[in-house]
Amino acid sequence: MPDRILTGTRARNRRLDLGLRQAHVAKVVGISGSYLNLIEHNRRRIGGKLLADLARVLEIDAALLADDTTDAILLPIKEAAAAFPEATVEDARAEELVARFPGWAALVAAQRRRIAQLEERTEALSNRLAHDSQIANSLHEVISTATAIRSTASILAETPDLDREWQARFHTNIDTDSERLAQSSQALLGFLDMEMEAGDTQTESAMEQVEAKMAQSGFYFSGIEAGDTLHFDDVEDPSARAILQDWANSASKDAKRLPLDTFSQAARATAYDPARLASRFDVPLDMIFRRLAHLPHDLDHPLMGLAVCDAAGVVTFQKPVLDFRLPRSGSACPLWPLYQALTQPGRAIRRVVRLPGRAHTPFECFAIATPVGDVSFASEARVTATMLVRPARNEDVPDVVGPGCRVCTVQDCASRRHPSLV
Amino acid sequence: MGRRVLLIEDEPNIIEAISYILSKDGWTVHTHSDGETAMEKVMQGVPDLIILDVMLPGRSGYDILRDLKGQDATADVPVMMLTARGQAKDREMAIDLGATRFMTKPFSNAEVLESVRALATP
Repeated sequence: MPDRILTGTRARNRRLDLGLRQAHVAKVVGISGSYLNLIEHNRRRIGGKLLADLARVLEIDAALLADDTTDAILLPIKEAAAAFPEATVEDARAEELVARFPGWAALVAAQRRRIAQLEERTEALSNRLAHDSQIANSLHEVISTATAIRSTASILAETPDLDREWQARFHTNIDTDSERLAQSSQALLGFLDMEMEAGDTQTESAMEQVEAKMAQSGFYFSGIEAGDTLHFDDVEDPSARAILQDWANSASKDAKRLPLDTFSQAARATAYDPARLASRFDVPLDMIFRRLAHLPHDLDHPLMGLAVCDAAGVVTFQKPVLDFRLPRSGSACPLWPLYQALTQPGRAIRRVVRLPGRAHTPFECFAIATPVGDVSFASEARVTATMLVRPARNEDVPDVVGPGCRVCTVQDCASRRHPSLV
Repeated sequence: MGRRVLLIEDEPNIIEAISYILSKDGWTVHTHSDGETAMEKVMQGVPDLIILDVMLPGRSGYDILRDLKGQDATADVPVMMLTARGQAKDREMAIDLGATRFMTKPFSNAEVLESVRALATP
């Protein structure tokens, strides 16, 4: 194993660097010269007190002398060199660097690990900026307003014969748009602040990985309908894999109880009415919500999203739709019917809601909280709430729910937890 | 009456500005701001050109574009997509779905006018 520098070799190199005689070092640490010779030629393994004593005499951290240091330091050093192929480094002497200058080598390795960590975080943040619907909406608002101002200002500047009525109108438009631009810029900053805070503590959460995996297949796996057992071996994070596996188990049961063709036909016949479908198939409402949200898009079913949370309000699964997405950070608006359902388990709730601001799609939400798992006299029932979300007809008068207090424009809200940044 | 353009966009001041410059250029401009009922508006009188925003309330511009290209009456109508997102994949999706042109906000009036004139040329 050319990459492994054993403790003995490292100790010998260090002793020679310090100009110490083998007999002297052996005497100080209380062993014979011949035994130290065996150690230095890697024919005896050492640890514990002797390793600590030897490290002290050789003026080196014991951890840097131990055998497992090699992989922990040498590999990152080699990675660092590989990351900068244009740099001329003495590649063949990396082991010597570790052996002779373990402190400097450890520093290079630590910096390499830090760089890799920062690169991962940058990529995760970049993915969030690209895929987070709230940031996308906020950015869309800023760019759209800037477009309106640019277009209107151009007309004013390039049309000398513009009549007074149009002039006044366009000036008013610029005035209102510039105010909106200021507000939407602040909202965008608010979202970015939240993302940066999240990025300080995590890279990509298990939920985000689950969403990404599900989104790749449009939240639909045809194998479920065929009774196949799904595996998610390509998902590295075990937590994300466990969530996906739970979802697949639940979806399989739903598919067996509500076969696709029969259910699709009934869904169309009932205009996708969850209560009528639950009655028709004699199944719980939350099963209908899940099945509706996972109907294949290519069969021309309407867009539907889904959110599931536990009794603590933690979102354990969600399928976003249009502007609808509950925040990952657990700072969602408590006015979402999902959370209201938790306060009254068993009660079916239907509400039409919309996010604050202009031009947001109203959503028809159906929610219910139900016990899950086996019933037992020995323990409390486990409750989850499930909410089906779909775009509502515009004629409904929607209630306003916020994306989260910090970026919500509704000022006189009894449920507000934090001041708005907007 | 000039050639007809239907502008499907939910931003009222963009609607007003584009309507003004196109009207001045001789176009008859119809506007609509709701994604969900956009197809009904199109079918009320198929225009010579459609300018279609991607992010609309009720329904995405991509879904509307898919419907437009899937119906005989509208399949050949040139569609210019407007979007605040200029990523390559958005552009590719629009072109794949049959968009004739893809314009990223913020655009200039001159760009809009030039594109509309180019698309109107048989």
